[in-house]
Amino acid sequence: MTKKDVWVAGLITPVVIAMVLLFVGSPAVTASDQPSGANAEVKIDNFSFGPETIKVSVGTTVTWINRDDIPHTVVSTDGVFKSKVRDTDEKFSYTFTKAGTYPYYCSVHPKMTGKVVVQ
Amino acid sequence: MTDKKNDLIDQNLQDFNNDGVDRRGFLKCMAWAGTGLVWTLSGGIPVSRAFAKTHGKDAGKSGDFSFVQISDSHIGFNKPANPDVTATLQIAINKINAMPDKPDFIIHTGDLSQLSKPSEFDSLDQALRGVSTKQIYFVPGEHDMLTDNGEQYLQRYGKGTKGAGWHSFDHKGVHFVGLVNVANLKAGGMGSLGHEQLEWLEDDLKGRSASTPIVLFAHIPLWTIYPDWGWGTDDSEQALSYVKRFGSVTVLNGHIHQIMQKVEGKVSFHTAMSTAFPQPAPGTAPSAGPMKVPADQLQRVLGITDVNYLVSGRSLAVVDSPLGDSGSSDSRSARGLALADPIVG
Repeated sequence: MTKKDVWVAGLITPVVIAMVLLFVGSPAVTASDQPSGANAEVKIDNFSFGPETIKVSVGTTVTWINRDDIPHTVVSTDGVFKSKVRDTDEKFSYTFTKAGTYPYYCSVHPKMTGKVVVQ
Repeated sequence: MTDKKNDLIDQNLQDFNNDGVDRRGFLKCMAWAGTGLVWTLSGGIPVSRAFAKTHGKDAGKSGDFSFVQISDSHIGFNKPANPDVTATLQIAINKINAMPDKPDFIIHTGDLSQLSKPSEFDSLDQALRGVSTKQIYFVPGEHDMLTDNGEQYLQRYGKGTKGAGWHSFDHKGVHFVGLVNVANLKAGGMGSLGHEQLEWLEDDLKGRSASTPIVLFAHIPLWTIYPDWGWGTDDSEQALSYVKRFGSVTVLNGHIHQIMQKVEGKVSFHTAMSTAFPQPAPGTAPSAGPMKVPADQLQRVLGITDVNYLVSGRSLAVVDSPLGDSGSSDSRSARGLALADPIVG
């Protein structure tokens, strides 16, 4: 092997290894499971929260965005957070600093319920 | 005619004595030619006489009166289901103003506004200033409680009311009770009256003669129509137990933006159309949200409700009219009242 070959191999190898690590290392991200994200999103549509249960890590900011054509609210059943009324395309965010389970609902349409699980 | 209409009419006819008149045939005719369903509640007074008295030349017998229910004006809503809810409200107002027998008052069963904004309430008030009937009674819908727990609503429409806006009044011998079942809603629940209001209701009804006709009105239906969509009131059973002893009870609701009716003993339940946008029938859509219909059909699925009370028999007749005529030959317009050729006497 020439010096150049060695040099190229030396350059490519870490790149290849990095790429392999990149694909192997990132977890399969499903809509409801984001174990290591600083931000997460819940869509409000058709009188429901999607995903209904979202799992996030401590320190994550969850943003609810209303895609429905009716206003909704996001209200913790334990008094932890409470949004103003959100019309179509409006958002509400809350940063979860403590682990725990946070059930919430829409105070306007109380059959709409959801849960944030903070781990 | 649908099976559902047949069922409801059959139910209504159970109270009537068989005196040889083909009232069944008459009511079927009314349902076809009228706008929705025509009810006479309690008392055994034939429907035909009811309409002849109120809307024919005998109109004006002392004690008889009518009022109009409108509901769910949602001023501020501007999505495709109806980009101009103020315009359709105005059509409803024009319809009320054109009624040959002026209603004594109007009841609005809630969701006056879309977002409880002052500007929305202002627009509503401005439109209502054009109604020739000046007395209007209100109860709030959940859309009127969106800021400060309904403070804005109470300031404007809550004078003389208690708690979240409940109140009662008497009119020509009929006792009316406006209930609020949209405050302090609990997660996973439906409408809720709450302990304080229930206690007030029990007290309000105490001592009244059982022959006093009662009209309860509230935003969310006081009977369970479709729990998945929150169409019901968790503690309405208790409220209904307080009116059980009365001879004639009519329950008027809104919230679901379509007509639904039920008779249970001496209690008749009725929900009104919205003046803003229709909603789907239970379970026929992913959610209860605004339902788009072709623009030329919108006025047919919006409407007002005319309620006629007749002293003789203490009966109330409830007639729904859409804002717009169908224009077809088997017209289902609000001419149902005029079609009442008396069969009896």
